[in-house]
Amino acid sequence: MFQNLKVRLGLIVALTIASLALLAYRYNKTGQPITLGLDLQGGSHYAMEIDESRTVLTPAARRDAIDRALKVVRLRVDELGVSEPVVQKAGEDRIIVELAGKNTDQSRAKEVLQKSAFLEFKIVRPLSELQGILPRMETAIAAAFPAEAKPAAGAAPATGGLLQNKAGQNGQAVDSLTAAKPLESKFAGQGSGGQLLVDTAQVKAVEKYLALPQVQALLPRGAQFLWGMPSSEEQKGFASLWYVSRDAIMTGEHLQNAQAQTDQFNRPIVAFELSRRAGRRFEKETGDHLHEQMAIVLDQRVYTAPVINGAINTRGQIELGKSTMADASDLALVLRAGALPAPLHIVEERSVGPSLGEDSIRNGQIAALVGIGAVILIMIGIYHFSGLLAVVALAIYVIVSMGMLALLGATLTFPGIAGLILSVGMAVDANVLIFERIREELDHGRSVRAAVNEGFHHAMRAIVDSNVTTLITCAILFYTGTGPIRGFAVTLAVGVVASFFTAVFTTRTFMQLYLERRRAQSLSI
Amino acid sequence: MRFFQNANYPFLQWRTRAYMITAALLLLGIGSMVYHAVRGEGWLNYGVDFTGGTVVQVHFTHPVSAQQIRAATSAAGHADWEITQFGSGNDYEVRTPRFGQEAGADAQSRVAQALQTRFKPVVQGQRAGDYSIVRTEAVGPKAGAELEQRALIAILLSFAAILVYLGIRFEWRFALAAVIATVHDIVVTLGFLSLTRTEISLGTVAAVLTVVGYSMHDTIIVFDRVREDLGRPKHGRTFVDILNKAINETLPRTTLTVATVMATLLALLAFGGPVIFGFALVLVLGIGIGTFSSIFVASPVLYEIERHFPRKEKREQAVRSHSAKRPNNGNRPPNNRSPRTAEVPR
Repeated sequence: MFQNLKVRLGLIVALTIASLALLAYRYNKTGQPITLGLDLQGGSHYAMEIDESRTVLTPAARRDAIDRALKVVRLRVDELGVSEPVVQKAGEDRIIVELAGKNTDQSRAKEVLQKSAFLEFKIVRPLSELQGILPRMETAIAAAFPAEAKPAAGAAPATGGLLQNKAGQNGQAVDSLTAAKPLESKFAGQGSGGQLLVDTAQVKAVEKYLALPQVQALLPRGAQFLWGMPSSEEQKGFASLWYVSRDAIMTGEHLQNAQAQTDQFNRPIVAFELSRRAGRRFEKETGDHLHEQMAIVLDQRVYTAPVINGAINTRGQIELGKSTMADASDLALVLRAGALPAPLHIVEERSVGPSLGEDSIRNGQIAALVGIGAVILIMIGIYHFSGLLAVVALAIYVIVSMGMLALLGATLTFPGIAGLILSVGMAVDANVLIFERIREELDHGRSVRAAVNEGFHHAMRAIVDSNVTTLITCAILFYTGTGPIRGFAVTLAVGVVASFFTAVFTTRTFMQLYLERRRAQSLSI
Repeated sequence: MRFFQNANYPFLQWRTRAYMITAALLLLGIGSMVYHAVRGEGWLNYGVDFTGGTVVQVHFTHPVSAQQIRAATSAAGHADWEITQFGSGNDYEVRTPRFGQEAGADAQSRVAQALQTRFKPVVQGQRAGDYSIVRTEAVGPKAGAELEQRALIAILLSFAAILVYLGIRFEWRFALAAVIATVHDIVVTLGFLSLTRTEISLGTVAAVLTVVGYSMHDTIIVFDRVREDLGRPKHGRTFVDILNKAINETLPRTTLTVATVMATLLALLAFGGPVIFGFALVLVLGIGIGTFSSIFVASPVLYEIERHFPRKEKREQAVRSHSAKRPNNGNRPPNNRSPRTAEVPR
């Protein structure tokens, strides 16, 4: 099938177009055809470990602790509001956090990353408590943000749902001020667990309103609003807002263990265990709030709020209803995360300001243009028409290798550029090898076609061997190396594969097409 | 345009001179490593990536002298901080030796605080201000030690794998010679880095790895020719002739490829900016060394191996050529391992 020149040409064109399309797609989506590493783009990179200076952990305990810490760190990073943060486990005992972007507040990021996780059990308060207060809260908000209250007034009857209706049913007088309902109009309804739903677009506004001191003062004593964690049960596009007691009935320090299990009906549950002393207090608290909901709060975020079915002593279980086992183990992890055995500490920190990153990129672009220009001149100057074919193949190489990097979701870093330079060198080298071979064969008096065939044939073995050797090295570097070395290995490997395709397959197709179409008796080489 | 057409340089006859150059380079490099290690400066000038510590790069909006910056940090009680100019006159690196919890608190803001005794930071949206922090690198000592260990393991493992692969595809002697030549490149490159006290960072590691890749590639290309020539009728040619011929035949390719790679690297060197400069410099040197070694180290080493451990077939072949005049069923010597031919997509 690859004998047919048209098939070969079609393959080359298809691959090139596919690569271009992929790059264009990525460019539209993220603003960059290939994700740039923090060293080029600007941003911060942190590596964190569990601080074992005071405690000694068994390997199993360390693994567990790292999984828990990962969960906690993910939560925290979300809180920072950085777009597309990277939080991942590196090796056995390290967590990598990467925050790309120009405006990352470093000291805040570090503070947030290093603080220890905090788990609380809180009682969910009935929303009906709010009914009397809400109009006064609206008034306060309207006073603080008069501009925002006005336009909301018109929209309120249409969108404002639940509390408004309830207020109407209760027969409360709808005074003139309730027409302006900046807060209530943001509520989209009530969730299945008794939480308020807020359109994600409105979260910022609601946060601003609730943070007002006047509004805070109106809240009943010991009550507060907490946001929920986005989860699979949640409705898409809505954030949940929980109304809970300010004081926790229990905190994570008393939690000794939590595990995902199944009950006798094979439904997922999370079984947890408290210390003996905490158990007595917990029994009293849960007994007082039977059939109410208990919110499980990690780092000020509500995870879930199961209904208390009976007083819980040291051992309790949380039924998850229709949820899956994965949800159960997730919740168990959250519970355990609240009691990290040792704090996290940062072992590595790198940050590059955006201006430096931009400088590097601009300099790199100039250098790349000059370098590639020089390569083009050399190739055409020395091999004339064949050199031109090689240059076209090189252009396709650049497109295809970039496309492959984009496909792999690889991140281009500084060491990655080194890998690219080497692979460009090797791409050109493959053609140089082949062309030199063709010249030799022509010197020996062979016909053009025979020389081209022989040239490719003889050069092939050396190209294969050196490429395979490079790929072996890449594989080893990838498996033993850390971040930047891995980046180098990936770009080099991609480059080698792409260069093999372009320098050998593409150039040969072009040459044969030329020879066939022109019935050429000579080749400019 | 063609050059080195039908070149016929007696490269192998120059091997004694090549050995001397190689020995001198190795001695210089290893000597420098030992000298610096004995003096307690470390055999290489490891940067914070390896030793741990922090580097904060500060950009000033107007020319400042290192003394002025040192005055600021000293005033803040950090007389031990190292201040070095970086790139153009307005960029400086402030280096603090410790990372620990104390530094882990926040390297960047500590440096900022120290500088604020004399300078004003550039605040976004305001015109006034003297400096802005453009880069921070803080590495814990443990992370650094691990990096060195991992790099070493990676290089050793890849040597083992390359030995096996080339042993299968070529012969063990080619594999060994290629690896020896590559080790030579690494040692000479590291020796150069030690001698000039170039700071070793992650970028340098990547550059050295690139050099290893290039040198291996280069060596394989020459050896492939040797392998091919070995499969041809000998007509009284010695191994030295075959090696010389292989090097000469690949000479146009070697020169051209070095020219194109160097063109890109020199462009990086000239336009890449200060961050890339050190990295590109290591590459330029390393690729020069790698090219030298594939001609003057790998092939001579292959020759020496051949001389000390001649292949068995040779003697048999010699006996055969004396005893029989018949052309032995074609051109190839019977027992000489015939090179495998690779599949060629047509």
